[in-house]
Amino acid sequence: MTRYVIGRILQAIAVLWAAYTVAFAVLYLLPSNPVELQLAAAGVDPGSLPPGQLHAEEAKFGLDQPLIVQYFDHLGGFLHGNLGTSITQDIPVSQVIGGRIGSTLLLSLCAGVVALIAGTTLAYLATYVRVKPVRLFLSRVPAIGASLPQFLTGLFLIQFLSFKLDWLPASGQQGWQSLVMPTITIALVTGSVLAQVLMRSFDEVMRQPYIMTARAKGLSRAAVQLKHGLRNAALPAMTILGVIAGLTVTSSVVVETEFTRQGVGSLTQQAVSTQDIPVVLAIVMLAATLFVTINLIVDLLYPILDPRISHYAKAA
Amino acid sequence: MTVDISGASDESAVLSALPPLPPPDEVTATRHIESGRYGNLRAALAQLARKPVFIIALLYVLFVIVSAIFPSWFSTGQPYATFPSDVMQSPSLHHLFGTDNIGRDLWTRVLYGSALTIKATLLAIAIGLVAGLSFGIVSGFYGGWVDAVIMRIVDTLLAIPALLFALAIITSVGYGTIPVALAVGLGVIPGFARTTRAEVLRVKTQPFIEAARASGASWMRVLLRHILPNSWGPVVVLAVLDAGVVIIAIASLSFLGFGAPPPASEWGTLISAGRDYLVTSWWLSLLPGLFVALLVLSLNHISKTLQELER
Repeated sequence: MTRYVIGRILQAIAVLWAAYTVAFAVLYLLPSNPVELQLAAAGVDPGSLPPGQLHAEEAKFGLDQPLIVQYFDHLGGFLHGNLGTSITQDIPVSQVIGGRIGSTLLLSLCAGVVALIAGTTLAYLATYVRVKPVRLFLSRVPAIGASLPQFLTGLFLIQFLSFKLDWLPASGQQGWQSLVMPTITIALVTGSVLAQVLMRSFDEVMRQPYIMTARAKGLSRAAVQLKHGLRNAALPAMTILGVIAGLTVTSSVVVETEFTRQGVGSLTQQAVSTQDIPVVLAIVMLAATLFVTINLIVDLLYPILDPRISHYAKAA
Repeated sequence: MTVDISGASDESAVLSALPPLPPPDEVTATRHIESGRYGNLRAALAQLARKPVFIIALLYVLFVIVSAIFPSWFSTGQPYATFPSDVMQSPSLHHLFGTDNIGRDLWTRVLYGSALTIKATLLAIAIGLVAGLSFGIVSGFYGGWVDAVIMRIVDTLLAIPALLFALAIITSVGYGTIPVALAVGLGVIPGFARTTRAEVLRVKTQPFIEAARASGASWMRVLLRHILPNSWGPVVVLAVLDAGVVIIAIASLSFLGFGAPPPASEWGTLISAGRDYLVTSWWLSLLPGLFVALLVLSLNHISKTLQELER
């Protein structure tokens, strides 16, 4: 068991290192020079500067070093919690992200809770209801929810809840009212994905003999599904928690931009459009770390939650 | 992860999922229909023709593709032509989707935008399909360390959320339709690689592969004539499904402002531009948005129907 846990942790670290390497390769092997781009954006012709000054500017961000040195510099920095310096803002990346991550975490948390409750309820109902058209309708809802583009859902909500009914603010992040529409927009997609997996899992579980046993000893159908069905159906659904977290993170890019919220998502959009490479690299690595960590935790918890599954065979 | 008891339950699930045996005369009837080289295909098509929603979805997708190639068939106007007298008109028979702030016909602009977005989608799917298929085949066919290395690369790519990976590529490559297509296409490779590998592994162990080898066919011939034709089904289903995902990703990226520069009218750009006039002219954003959403829904429905047929 210990061997399995250690092996799994090492594997997660290896994946993260590889992800860092891929992201670094994508971002730093580019032909353009970020410093020159910043100067051009500020209206300064890089050619007009004395060559020493341009070089000093590059040296400040370590861009004059050979790529391999930059690679290890950043890797070492990441391991020590130093995410580098933002090229556009000239302050540490950790500070740039730190100032904005609270808003994104709050939004992600709300979206996660709503998706969990709505997705589970929908899957439960779709399995419980026996009236055929209703059942068919409920089972088709998540397929539609998952395929609606988020920019469109957001625009519909703004159009109806803000402009037509004037219930909620269309943008900004003041008060809980501003959280409602972004939360719905994200949760619609993540909740649908969750519901789809849960429905498939329910289908499988409700055919098991122990369900029949529970029914035979006199439990109502609703109780059987809640106590015996949901618990077992939730297990396979746990394996997609990492995917749902990843979806929430990527959704925040579109949703925060759309609702003009100051979070890591809108920061990503700004960093990409200003070619602030250290910020983009840090955000990509944050997302990858989140995904890998959640998958690691789920994998390690799984045998505890479901004793039928054992890792001994693999570890031995 | 090893599941100790799943073997037994899987088997019973498979057994219970099988349809009851048809009466004898029906068996001969089915055989009769499915005879001939394309019998299976014909039977499948006959089954699909009885699904009205599927037909509507297919027609809509075909319409979008055709209108992307020949936008002038469905619209008389020009995408950049302005009608100064018709600024901000709501949808009407004359302007199907209304007009924008400088009097351009939105319907025409959506159709001409299709050309860009559909081209980008096809390019992205082609990248994913070609690279994913190659990786999946090599991985599943050769096994051993080659398989291990490729699958670790796939794991790594899956660890970075696809949209963020695409954004990283755009950061270094730049904006425009082609960079966006490239960025999104690279992101769908892992999915194709995994599906193809699983299929190749499944087909590889079947007796007819052994028979083909035993009768002297080279590995290359076995791969091209026997393994590939028998493993492309789930890959096609995934390609149709991914087309929807890719369209959303491409539209999202151009919505964020990384698509073709104005005055080009990529779908996401149109929707984003219409946002500023949402209060007064809702159609500028919502109608192109619905156009895109319907396309994605149709693709997902087609893929789902094909998947059910596959079983």
